Amino acid sequence: MTPTTRNRLFALAALLVAGAGLAYVSFGNIGQNLVFYWTPGEMLAQGSKAYGPTIRLGGVVQPGSLQWDSAHTHLAFRVADSDKAGAPSVSVVSRETPPQMFRERIGVVVEGTFDKSQTFTSSRLMVNHSNEYRPPKPGDGPDKWKTTVSAPTAEAR
Amino acid sequence: MISTLGTALVLGGLLAAAFGAVVGIEGGLRHRAGALKLVLGTVTAFLICMVGANLTMIYALVTHDFSVQYVSHVGSRATPLVYTIVSLWSALEGSILFWGAILAVYVFAFARAHRKDPPTNPLLALGAMLAVGVFFSFLIAGPANPFGRVSPVPPDGPGPNPLLQNHVLMVIHPPMLYLGYVGMVVPFGIAVAALLRGQLGDGWMAVLRRWTLIPWTFLSVGIVLGSWWAYAVLGWGGYWAWDPVENASFLPWLTSTAFLHSAMVQERRHTLKLWTVSLSLASFLLTILGTFMTRSGVFNSVHSFTQSAIGPTFLVFLGVVLAVSILLIAIRGPLLVPEGPLGSPVSRETAILVNNLLFAALTFTVLLGTVFPLIREAFSGVRISVGAPYFNRMALPLGVAILFLMGVGPSLPWGRASPETLRRQFFIPAGVGVAVVVVCVAAGLRGTLALLTFGLAGFVAVVTLREMALPARVRMREQGEPFLQAVWRSASRARRRFGGYIVHLGVVLVFVAVAASQSYVTHTTATLTPGKSFQLGRYTVQLSGLRNGVDPHRRWTAAELEVTDGSGGHHVLAPRMNFYERSTDPVGSPAIRTAAFDDLYLTLLAFDAQAQTASLNAWIFPMVAWIWWSLPLFVLGALFAAWPERRRARADAAERVSVPGKAPSPGAAA
Repeated sequence: MTPTTRNRLFALAALLVAGAGLAYVSFGNIGQNLVFYWTPGEMLAQGSKAYGPTIRLGGVVQPGSLQWDSAHTHLAFRVADSDKAGAPSVSVVSRETPPQMFRERIGVVVEGTFDKSQTFTSSRLMVNHSNEYRPPKPGDGPDKWKTTVSAPTAEAR
Repeated sequence: MISTLGTALVLGGLLAAAFGAVVGIEGGLRHRAGALKLVLGTVTAFLICMVGANLTMIYALVTHDFSVQYVSHVGSRATPLVYTIVSLWSALEGSILFWGAILAVYVFAFARAHRKDPPTNPLLALGAMLAVGVFFSFLIAGPANPFGRVSPVPPDGPGPNPLLQNHVLMVIHPPMLYLGYVGMVVPFGIAVAALLRGQLGDGWMAVLRRWTLIPWTFLSVGIVLGSWWAYAVLGWGGYWAWDPVENASFLPWLTSTAFLHSAMVQERRHTLKLWTVSLSLASFLLTILGTFMTRSGVFNSVHSFTQSAIGPTFLVFLGVVLAVSILLIAIRGPLLVPEGPLGSPVSRETAILVNNLLFAALTFTVLLGTVFPLIREAFSGVRISVGAPYFNRMALPLGVAILFLMGVGPSLPWGRASPETLRRQFFIPAGVGVAVVVVCVAAGLRGTLALLTFGLAGFVAVVTLREMALPARVRMREQGEPFLQAVWRSASRARRRFGGYIVHLGVVLVFVAVAASQSYVTHTTATLTPGKSFQLGRYTVQLSGLRNGVDPHRRWTAAELEVTDGSGGHHVLAPRMNFYERSTDPVGSPAIRTAAFDDLYLTLLAFDAQAQTASLNAWIFPMVAWIWWSLPLFVLGALFAAWPERRRARADAAERVSVPGKAPSPGAAA
């Protein structure tokens, strides 16, 4: 084995180790930062697995569930799989002003976390008809943006 | 009529490209010099067909010919003329048509520039580029045909996406991005030619570098303009969300930036050839992957993706390009052997090598985060996305390390650095870096990452400015030239080096602006009635009232706000909500007051016309505007580096003859 070959082998081994480390860290990190897309029914079916991770809860605002507190700063409502009576639903609290379109029966995507008290705490409220919030970009066809445009709201910090 | 003409032109382009690709590659492999003329002809024909098809579509859009399918999708009689023309690239089919035209322009420009070269390389390169042209004209003629006929002809259309009509940046941002994306076809063609021949001479390497720098510049400008557009239009108060669409443009930028650096090592040391060529192939693959991801709708859901034929077609093309690239590297790669050793561990080439590894790592992590949801959904059916914290946590350390290397690399000499040199080179810049941190802490700034970034930025800025001024100082001392003349002369003698440093200064600016605007943001929300106000930082924001207005294509409601800053300045800001005729959801327009060192950013969340209340979101972002203000540095640096240097080459040649055996001066090499 010539010194050059040996050096190359060393370099290759170092690269492999570095690459493996990077992959390990990346995958670990991804696992902690997944955002799940669930409807209320799907989320409830997860049981305790739904407590903790960031969730984008997609559904409709249940008719008759909208509640403001007296100072008009806290909003509570229920998000249901559909606006049919008896559809699975989850209670949501939000401290931010909802966007202009927000009303009963409208499709919403609420990003936040779920906990044991069975309350979903929203950090971001999007009025939407699709499951995924994404600012439309050049090239999105009209068929697509109609379902993705929403009044974007801020992440509550 | 228009439909027929457009389709005919696209089919003509397809024929020309197919013919040219076959003749080019076959002629190149068999060294048929005569084939070049034929290929040049097909390139011109391809250009005429593609540009013609685009002009036809623009004509159809402007004349509101709703019998053309694409016009019936994005056209509207109420849309202003500028946005009507812009709607050429506002939706899927049109943007791929536009892709085709830019591709043709690039191939034509390459053919013009190299028509007098020894024919083998241009033949192979043009053949490879035209093969890409075959795919795109096939896509336009078939799965993404914008020229389909609509019957019965609708009287009017929906108009382009409201978000795309909101800001003038929409007129320039997509073309810039496309010029960056599509331009990667040229380095791809050159790299394929090099691999097919199994050799890569220095001259051909310079060609590869120049043709990478051009799309790289457009891509940089496109990315920065895109973040500016997101900031000024979308109203969520940010400019970068690690959205798949954004990542799609960032990935090829990373690999082509790595390429521009490793090409320097290749040039100086005649090593890393295969790696450099691979980066070219990767940049092109990533632009195709990016176009696939942004154009096929695959990110809405893996399941909706097969609804259009574009997605699968793209995927097949991506697979073919990937297979060809790997095959070429496996078979021909060993021929691109290093002709020299890499330098010692403490040298500029090592710094660049580490820089390349960091860029590769960054590319890997961003790519992984971007495609992970697709893979996961395809296999397990679970819909997920990867949150921004993943990207931030992975990219920040790598980004800081890259910033650090931007100061280390230029300080180190090629070959080997003595401890003495190291001390001399690093003492002052490192001192300045530490001083910056101390001053920031004294001024009350906190946050490890931000302070680290500011300190490193100070270090890099000093190194960069010193390296820019050093050759000029030598000239001033040795030739007695005045300062400006010395700077100009030394700079124009090492254009690429000097241009590169200008770009480095721009990158430092972006780092500082991003760190400041992310770390020291202040935010509040408020619901106001007329006359009421709220305080944010040094600004007092008072609601005057709600105002309604009507434009030809939309109605809007604005909250009129009186803003007073701490120093007595008075401004009126009016964030608004637009209601487009043919869209059910309102689209907000933020109002931004930009001062030298911070932005006040206001959005209207909701309003009540009866109670006259307005709910507002308000942010102060320190230094955020410096991200876009770095653009002139990127453009200036790239122009300086890429400017044709025929006259200089002649002057240099004369100089070299007169001083034989002269050692390279510090400013002569890049």
